[in-house]
Amino acid sequence: MPTDPEPNLTRYVDALSDAMAVAMDLDPKVFVFGLDVDDHRAIQGSTRGLVDRFGAERVFTTPLSEDAMTGVAIGAAMAGMRPVHVHIRMDFLMLCMNQLVNIAAKSHYMYGGAVRVPMVVRSIIGKSWGQGAQHSQALQSMFMHVPGLKVVAPSNAHDAKGCLIAAVEDNNPVIFIEHRLLYPTRADVPEGRYTVEFGKARVCARGDDITIVGISNMVMECLRAHELLTERGIDAEIVDPISLVPLDIDTIIASARRTRRLLVVDNAWMNCGASAEIVARVSEVLGEDGIKVRRMGFAQTTCPTSPWLENAFYPNPATIATAAHAMVKPDAADWTPDPERAKLAYQSEFRGPF
Amino acid sequence: MRRVYRSLRRLRRAEEVTAEIYPSDKIKSPVHLSIGQEAVTVGIVDTLMAEDYVAGSYRCHAAYIAKGGDLPAMYAEMYGKSTGCAKGRGGSMHLIETPHNIIGSSAVVGTHIPVAVGHALALKREGKGRLVAVFLGDGATEEGAFYESLNFASLHKLPVLFVCENNGFAIHTPLAKRWATRRLCERVETFGIPAVRIGDGDVFAIRDAATDAAKAIRNGQGPQFIECETYRWREHVGPGEDYDDGYRERADQAPWVKNDQVARLAGMLGARERDSIDAEIEAEIAAAVDFAENSPEPEPEELWDNVYAD
Repeated sequence: MPTDPEPNLTRYVDALSDAMAVAMDLDPKVFVFGLDVDDHRAIQGSTRGLVDRFGAERVFTTPLSEDAMTGVAIGAAMAGMRPVHVHIRMDFLMLCMNQLVNIAAKSHYMYGGAVRVPMVVRSIIGKSWGQGAQHSQALQSMFMHVPGLKVVAPSNAHDAKGCLIAAVEDNNPVIFIEHRLLYPTRADVPEGRYTVEFGKARVCARGDDITIVGISNMVMECLRAHELLTERGIDAEIVDPISLVPLDIDTIIASARRTRRLLVVDNAWMNCGASAEIVARVSEVLGEDGIKVRRMGFAQTTCPTSPWLENAFYPNPATIATAAHAMVKPDAADWTPDPERAKLAYQSEFRGPF
Repeated sequence: MRRVYRSLRRLRRAEEVTAEIYPSDKIKSPVHLSIGQEAVTVGIVDTLMAEDYVAGSYRCHAAYIAKGGDLPAMYAEMYGKSTGCAKGRGGSMHLIETPHNIIGSSAVVGTHIPVAVGHALALKREGKGRLVAVFLGDGATEEGAFYESLNFASLHKLPVLFVCENNGFAIHTPLAKRWATRRLCERVETFGIPAVRIGDGDVFAIRDAATDAAKAIRNGQGPQFIECETYRWREHVGPGEDYDDGYRERADQAPWVKNDQVARLAGMLGARERDSIDAEIEAEIAAAVDFAENSPEPEPEELWDNVYAD
């Protein structure tokens, strides 16, 4: 039997199921539902053990009726329960948009504060192994656009657990965005209940030369880029916003004011995206100071399935480091790190199929 | 009888008064009046318990009033005042009142149906025998969420009474241009949900059907469905009549006027009793309108209240 290389660290996927168990244990009003949450695969392990522990009334699968099931979650939430609605891919949230945008986001406001909608929508972004056009979308900006929703995208196991418990305890609808490739990544995860506060960014690495904001799994890629840049004598500051609504823009502004350079790397398209929002808000404050800004994200194409095409679709540590280098040293010769050294273990680990 | 008449008459007059006020432009809100359709609401709500929930569509005034919703707060809401049931954020199409278990109504057709089913899920878990009555129009039965909701409610035997107020039009488009067949109850029955159709708008027939349905629901038999044919006397939205618009004719309305349940029950009461009820209603409505007229306008800063819950 192979020994666990990191026995004291917890996987992202296990942090999620742990968070659910903690939240359900603390509050009998919490329930989790969605297609396959109670089956033997347990949403790739993220709902593992819940049905055995909490029973079929609190952990149950649903028909393929994303629209109505979202409405059911909203209604149950208004009636005092705390539903967690799980979607195995974020792309299916398109079927929930009517309820999420027209009802969940608006009810507290539209009904003058008479009701609250404390619900969590868990959804997983896919990547690679041919996930392609309809299994890899990262649609955070669509939800950021609408007042009344909160949007969080934790990038590591510690924040996944703390954010999920915070999301369940929040009295608003929370779009909880996970990334499939982060599931096997590990972090130090405390036992029991703790929360990671929304609206408070984390500075993951200190540096004075450039501020790089990474969103969701792009935090991992930015941290690898940070290592590569260090070898070139560039100190990058890496910021993880953790929650996109509310957004801790002050931490990003403070960092960019010091470094004079801001690169925002989203795991999504840039048009009207989170990267556009962050750059715009920083520019409104620091624009007259002449700071340098740049964005990176998905190519503005549909996501292809061929690995060779897909490699060109996503930002990666090499392209991030290259861009940051060009911003910090515009007069130096172009530099691109060795692609082999830019690869991340968590990417090659994923062998599908889902 | 007295109670049913009072409820019918109250709905009719509250809506007529709204229509009378409307040309003054004091109600800057798209009103979808229930005039002509009162018997459906009253027949259903009269059998409910105070602890039960109701949910309505954007044509929601009737369910709100019949279930006991605060009348001054309804007019204030339509006037856009801070004292409205939604503090002036919802208007005519988004009435709500939590003390009387009136679920917030919704303007996007059919969206309130799964929300009502979600309440029913919570009530089933609660286990106290409460139910949800959800009113929906014939147009809402064309939405996917309607069928998704029927299936889920039946699968989990949820305590919900679906009531279709079939007035024959989606805005101005008649059923014949929208439904492949008229067999709505059959469609619903395939989900394992007992369904009855009441074609003549008789308030007592509706109440009897609702009484049976509520009993079955409280016995744990799962959701029930009632289709009530009815007729909208006024335009789809707004205070007026529209029989000269070309999409329907005055003659279509005639049998429903002849069969008007408000007039029918008025005729079943003695004049003195009826007059006393009518006078009470007029005074109540006048006071409610007065409350709305004299309520304060919201301050601009209130715009930012309740975006997020604490």
